[in-house]
Amino acid sequence: MGKLRENIKQYGRRFSQLIAAVLYNCNFKGFLSGKIYKGESKGLCVPGLNCYSCPGAVFACPLGSLQGALAKTAIKIPMYMLGTIILFGVLFGRLICGFLCPFGLVQELVYKIPGFKIKKSRITKTLSYLKYVILGVFVIAIPIIKMLPGFCKYICPAGSLEAAIPLVILDEQLRSRLGWLFSWKMFLLLVCVILCVICYRAFCRFLCPLGALYSFFNPIAFFGINVDKEKCTGCNACISACKMDTKKVGDHECVHCGACRDVCPEGAISYKRH
Amino acid sequence: MKNRKKIIGIIVLLLALGLITAGIMDGGLFEVKTKAVTICQECIGLG
Repeated sequence: MGKLRENIKQYGRRFSQLIAAVLYNCNFKGFLSGKIYKGESKGLCVPGLNCYSCPGAVFACPLGSLQGALAKTAIKIPMYMLGTIILFGVLFGRLICGFLCPFGLVQELVYKIPGFKIKKSRITKTLSYLKYVILGVFVIAIPIIKMLPGFCKYICPAGSLEAAIPLVILDEQLRSRLGWLFSWKMFLLLVCVILCVICYRAFCRFLCPLGALYSFFNPIAFFGINVDKEKCTGCNACISACKMDTKKVGDHECVHCGACRDVCPEGAISYKRH
Repeated sequence: MKNRKKIIGIIVLLLALGLITAGIMDGGLFEVKTKAVTICQECIGLG
């Protein structure tokens, strides 16, 4: 029983990431036919970043859907999408980034490639605010002003990886229409992958606007990591073990991965319903 | 402090549920589905 508990502690998060990735993308025949899923479930969003044009995707991407809804702000208020994002945020905050995001899993696996690694520093902490700029400009301003999904169009490496690559391989018609934008997105994906090899969850830390959105809810989220202030001695072993740009456990950069819980000498950190 | 966070959390949760309900009645679910069942040109770099 003790060993089982130890295994769950060690592999539970990875298992949850894998299950989420498979559940979000369980239209397996789409990967062979190159056709995207068109069922009713596509009206519902998943909490993590997962492109709805991925041939396997059976749900919608929250970020793509939000941009699509914001592009119609002049006609009506995007209540459904705002409510969905707020619901995910208030329930889980950035726990979603750590447990339920397929692109987070990809980044963590890529980081396992051995080689030079950049540790967190003042520079990475400053760069971590870039995602809020991307959120403001590409997810909110461009969709409202230009009426197009700015983040999906110019940045999203998840769309490039999960949708563009498989669809372009499988669909000759799409292949014949490729231009500079596709080249730009492939270049960005490559940069992202290289960054993720040398820097832990680089996209998540510096660029992901969905993580930026959920970070606003971290302080009030119902589920997540929690510090027992009576047990905490302030030794800072938690912050030293954390690979994200956190200043304290559970702050806006915390993805609730539990690395701090494993090293806390006082056992003051635990997963808890707040 | 903890109670205050809990109360804020519950208010935000209710707000989210209210927005979702209003959004569904306003056709938001249908719009998300309509967008998600067509290949997103922007996502694949054709837009």
